[in-house]
Amino acid sequence: MASTAITAGSEPVFHLEEEHAHAEGGSTMLGFWLYLMSDCLIFAMLFAAFGVLGGNYAAGPAPKDLFDLGLVAVNTTMLLLSSITYGFAMLTMDKGRVGATQGWLAVTMLFGLAFLSIELYEFAHMIHEGATPQRSAFLSSFFTLVGTHGLHVTFGIVWMLTLMVQVARYGLIKANRRRLMCLSMFWHFLDIVWIGVFTFVYLMGMLR
Amino acid sequence: MSAHDHADHDHTHGGAAHGTLRGYLIGFVLSVILTAIPFWMVMTGALDNKQATATIIMAFAVVQIVVHMVFFLHMNPASEGGWSMLALIFTVILVVIVLSGSLWVMYHLNANMMPGLHEMRQMP
Repeated sequence: MASTAITAGSEPVFHLEEEHAHAEGGSTMLGFWLYLMSDCLIFAMLFAAFGVLGGNYAAGPAPKDLFDLGLVAVNTTMLLLSSITYGFAMLTMDKGRVGATQGWLAVTMLFGLAFLSIELYEFAHMIHEGATPQRSAFLSSFFTLVGTHGLHVTFGIVWMLTLMVQVARYGLIKANRRRLMCLSMFWHFLDIVWIGVFTFVYLMGMLR
Repeated sequence: MSAHDHADHDHTHGGAAHGTLRGYLIGFVLSVILTAIPFWMVMTGALDNKQATATIIMAFAVVQIVVHMVFFLHMNPASEGGWSMLALIFTVILVVIVLSGSLWVMYHLNANMMPGLHEMRQMP
């Protein structure tokens, strides 16, 4: 009905205050935000489970025996750096610079991969020491919570790779910009969840 | 180019406004500070009091989450006509209920199920 509004340049088009032209993808951002909020609830459940079970070591290893805060600090730095480089990607996207956008996305992906590698190294190290998810309720909830976050990062990287191919093929078209903005929200959201993880799981774990 | 203008128009319309370089840098610097202090506190044991340390690092986490929301996710009360904020507030309420409720209930359950405290006292 209001399809003329997009192309109209000469003749005036009137809308009610709330009634904008609903372009394709106009509600994607809000929809994706709602998805993130539901994802946030998943993490809330996992945090609650960890909060309840995090002290049940079953005579097994405790956080102090397992966690290496230096490693976690490096990991946190990786994710934080990837957040700001994604921000740079969005800024260059706004300017329509395809090459720079791709470059920043690649840098972001490298930081994401570094984060994942360090996390996997940590997991492997823990499992090697016998601290498997089956060992105690603390470790079950730890691996579920941190693993779910890691899985999100993994899918974020897959998504980023996909979008880099898309941008390489079709350039910064409107649909690709929208997708990049969704991934931006997803990526920054993961960083927010990680704040909860390193505070609640690692730092508080060391204080127990 | 008109297509470009059009795309730009759409972004502002979407309400998820992009940040500026300055905004991202401010957010980043604040995040680094807000991350470094808790790590430093726990790694060096700057405070002897564990309870106080825990409270302080939780406070830092909350502040950093807000910083990320504002500077990285560009949350403001006006984005998406206020619906983003409404969804966020609703989610935060749910998260608070889930977290505090679970911890509170399970803590008391644990305390009350501890053998040898209540039962022994109530024994004839």
